[in-house]
Amino acid sequence: MRDDWREGGFGLYVHWPFCQAKCPYCDFNSHVVSAVDQGRWADAFEAEIARYGAETGRRVLSSIFFGGGTPSLMQPEVVSRVIEAARGQWDFANDIEVTLEANPTSAEAGRFEGYREAGVNRLSMGVQALNDPDLRALGRLHSAGEAMEAFAMARELFGRVSFDLIYARQGQSVEAWAAELERALGLAVDHLSLYQLTIEDGTAFGARHRAGKLAGLPGEDAADDMWDVTQALTVAAGMPAYEVSNHAAKGAESRHNLVYWRSGDWVGVGPGAHGRLTLDGQRWATETPLQPGAWLAAAEAGRGENGREALGQPERLEELLLMGLRLEDGVDRARAEALGISEFSRNVSALTDIGMLESTGPRLRATEAGRPVLNAVLRRLLD
Amino acid sequence: MTELSRIRNFSIVAHIDHGKSTLADRLIQLTGTVAERDMKAQMLDAMDIERERGITIKANSVRIEYPAQDGHTYILNLIDTPGHVDFAYEVSRSMQAVEGSLLVVDATQGVEAQTLANVYQAIDADHEIVPVLNKIDLPAAEPERVKEQIEDVIGIEAHNAVLISAKTGLGIPDVLEAIVQRLPAPKGERDAPLKAMLVDSWYDSYLGVVVLIRVMDGVIRKGDTIRMMKTAATYKLDTLAVLKPQMVQIDALGPGEIGVFTASIKQVRDTRVGDTITHEKKQTPKALPGFKPSVPVVFCGLFPVDANDFDDLRDAMEKLALNDASFSFEMETSAALGFGFRCGFLGLLHLEVIRDRLEREYDLDLITTAPSVVYDVHMKSGEVEQLHNPADMPDLTLVDHIEEPRIKATILVPDEYLGDVLKLCQERRGIQLDLTYAGPRAMVVYDLPLNEVVFDFYDRLKSVTKGYASFDYQIIGYREDNLVKMSVLVNDEPVDALSMMVHRDRAELRGRAMVEKLKELIPRHMFKIPIQAAIGGKVIARETLSALRKDVTAKCYGGDASRKRKLLDKQKAGKKKMRQFGKVEIPQEAFISALKMDS
Ligand SMILES: Nc1nc2c(ncn2[C@@H]2O[C@H](COP(=O)(O)OP(=O)(O)OP(=O)(O)O)[C@@H](O)[C@H]2O)c(=O)[nH]1
Ligand SMILES: C[S@@+](CC[C@H](N)C(=O)[O-])C[C@H]1O[C@@H](n2cnc3c(N)ncnc32)[C@H](O)[C@@H]1O
Ligand code: SF4
Ligand SMILES: [Mg+2]
Repeated sequence: MRDDWREGGFGLYVHWPFCQAKCPYCDFNSHVVSAVDQGRWADAFEAEIARYGAETGRRVLSSIFFGGGTPSLMQPEVVSRVIEAARGQWDFANDIEVTLEANPTSAEAGRFEGYREAGVNRLSMGVQALNDPDLRALGRLHSAGEAMEAFAMARELFGRVSFDLIYARQGQSVEAWAAELERALGLAVDHLSLYQLTIEDGTAFGARHRAGKLAGLPGEDAADDMWDVTQALTVAAGMPAYEVSNHAAKGAESRHNLVYWRSGDWVGVGPGAHGRLTLDGQRWATETPLQPGAWLAAAEAGRGENGREALGQPERLEELLLMGLRLEDGVDRARAEALGISEFSRNVSALTDIGMLESTGPRLRATEAGRPVLNAVLRRLLD
Repeated sequence: MTELSRIRNFSIVAHIDHGKSTLADRLIQLTGTVAERDMKAQMLDAMDIERERGITIKANSVRIEYPAQDGHTYILNLIDTPGHVDFAYEVSRSMQAVEGSLLVVDATQGVEAQTLANVYQAIDADHEIVPVLNKIDLPAAEPERVKEQIEDVIGIEAHNAVLISAKTGLGIPDVLEAIVQRLPAPKGERDAPLKAMLVDSWYDSYLGVVVLIRVMDGVIRKGDTIRMMKTAATYKLDTLAVLKPQMVQIDALGPGEIGVFTASIKQVRDTRVGDTITHEKKQTPKALPGFKPSVPVVFCGLFPVDANDFDDLRDAMEKLALNDASFSFEMETSAALGFGFRCGFLGLLHLEVIRDRLEREYDLDLITTAPSVVYDVHMKSGEVEQLHNPADMPDLTLVDHIEEPRIKATILVPDEYLGDVLKLCQERRGIQLDLTYAGPRAMVVYDLPLNEVVFDFYDRLKSVTKGYASFDYQIIGYREDNLVKMSVLVNDEPVDALSMMVHRDRAELRGRAMVEKLKELIPRHMFKIPIQAAIGGKVIARETLSALRKDVTAKCYGGDASRKRKLLDKQKAGKKKMRQFGKVEIPQEAFISALKMDS
């Protein structure tokens, strides 16, 4: 149990908090500013990586992820400096995955080559929808055509490319989504993130929804049907869900995100980034200042981090389950047992009886019926 | 001690909200009983719950001194009474202690159901009645029309009714004069052995039990040793006082006077309202007739949401019962809800008030089960069992027949809503006894089963008449009917806390309403849940709550783990409001809401 993070691997998450415009559905830590002194940010990232490297010692790094915000607004030079800083602290795995989230506008596509040269080998593109009116309704700055061009370019430059789509959008029918998804599956992708639109508090959509002005959202039944159709079509295309919203051909799973879902360790740098670090047998949850300016100042002053939370066994079990049961694979029973799941064995049996959980070999997993109602399963499981 | 001819004792009675407590304020204020700076609105309504809801629950008495126009100073003892029908018992016993009543009628509303009920009680108590028309400051006031109505409907003189605004103080001096001139002085003999009526008693955390008395004959003095005739207990008086409204010590109280004493009495239960108090040494030969005891008519189970709170709940109930003899409780166990109490109340408002106080003053989370009335179950053996809880229904093969309590309900309603009211009463198995008119208002009298009224009759009445009807009732006895126990099964398991007694002819309707309501109230689960109502083994209504199809967070990455964990913890805490029945979780509110019928 002492080093059980090894089961999940070790990753580095870098948060780039800036965007060109704020999308009305988005509650990520993203900000629109007129100018960013990217050199200062690169310095700060380097300093933070060095600080964490000193704490973890040399470990094998299995992945780096540039997330946002819009990391495709980063100068390739900054991306390169971050990757090199990581290399200075940790040993890169032979097959290290280096992902960057990109918005598919033409301006950004111009930087793709630079990213590849910096060491990025996987691109995750926020395509969101495949038609222009819907993209406009989502407040996106790119057209469907631009997205396709950016995608084609990415395919040439990077070994691995994924893209994101949002469904259950305003005015979308189950049939329209099925057709859109078919088109997406027809493009040569090996990884897709398919998210049901979530109306988040504190966003423009949230406010409009509350005021009753977000028209045409599919009802609960239609949205549930879209989920069913998504599962059926992706399975048929050889890209089943390996996680609630993520689909991949065998072997093309996002290794970085697997670190999270498998409760590995990761370093989180940049504003609002979270991390998990196991140091001398104690697992810590790290968190950084949310505001870009505050984080930058803190990092420059030597510590871009807020207080850490020590995670005890119950919290670790909770995280292992709430992250791990999202995976088709589920969680390793021995790890769950080491963290005390036997205390909940009656709940496990009850959920197994009603077909929500199953134990296959060494794994405990949510069934096909259990995964779409995972929140209810977790509430019952940890009751 | 005051000369009898200089004393006037009276109660202030009226329909709910007609302004009794506000009038009491003005009388207290105008006579300078309370310093101006200490005055506050409805100052006799001292309990939090009274102040919050703006209603009087407990009768309160005050002694005021009034220098009348005839040059003499009079002692006036007023008793402000509650208007709500649940607390009618407080009114009736208050009336036993005084000789007259101020009948307050809101001049914008006119005669209402409790106006009538109170007048009849006052007449029974041989009271002199002074009608007082209140709220004449309001433009909608129609004092002349209301006077006529009083004469027509009630049949008492109203031409000399006093017109007042308890709010502005208009007419209050006239009320004081009318009290002195029109209400009779009390009678009594100073030299006779002590005979005093135990009117009320309550628990004061500093003084212990305080006893309110009305002296009929003789004189009671501080330090006396007294005897309570029914309980045969003797006590030595510690303090003797009058209420102004705070206690002011006094050496002696003579005939016609009202005051309080303390005497190291441990519990309110040791005193019995209506009892006769006399001297240990020189006893009165004849006790007072006493009061009819108040009987709880509505019962329900109260269970702690958290089983660990059981002891706290018992302590809290004991404390509340100290001050409220009409609230009764005894321990009960339920298969579904664990340990709790079966509690008896005077009516639904009383139930609500007690539950509110338990939850707020004692910080308890409670589950309330379906309110029920008391049935008489006549066994084939000839024995009669009182059924307070449908869950305790004996084996039907042993039962000969079941009787239920019936009430006589009086409803006053503007003509345009009469049809709806008749329909409602008819639906509730009512038998019309009388229908008369008083101007544009109809007065209907119905014989109704109490169980059809207990739950939501008053709410329904208010809604079908847009609040224009008033309602009063009294229990008239028990009658046999075709009554059955309806059980509710959730996911094929009976939930005893939801079982109820119903009339056989109404069972399908109630059963249907119940399962439909439960379907709305129970959140969807991971599996489908049949919800059934049954009589014996026969299902009479059924709904199926479909399974939850989707409840999963779309995006969950590194930054979401902590947030998700905290959310789960929060949901776990929220779950306390749920009760587990087999595999199903039922929210607490379902136990009450499921019984409210929409139509
Ligand atoms: N305009 C006006 N309002 C009044 C008058 N007298 C009382 N009220 C208002 O009527 C409402 C009810 O007054 P209360 O004195 O609490 O009535 P109550 O009869 O004691 O009520 P219960 O004890 O609940 O039966 C309050 O909002 C008073 O302010 C009056 O003369 N004029
Ligand atoms: C970090 S975000 C955005 C990355 C990048 N800035 C972009 O917009 O393309 C990753 C993905 O989450 C999804 N997403 C963001 N907000 C969402 C919401 N409210 N509901 C559903 N999906 C959402 C989008 O598909 C988005 O591409
Ligand atoms: S969705 Fe992406 S581009 Fe839009 S505001 Fe959020 S992070 Fe920025
Ligand atoms: Mg009052």
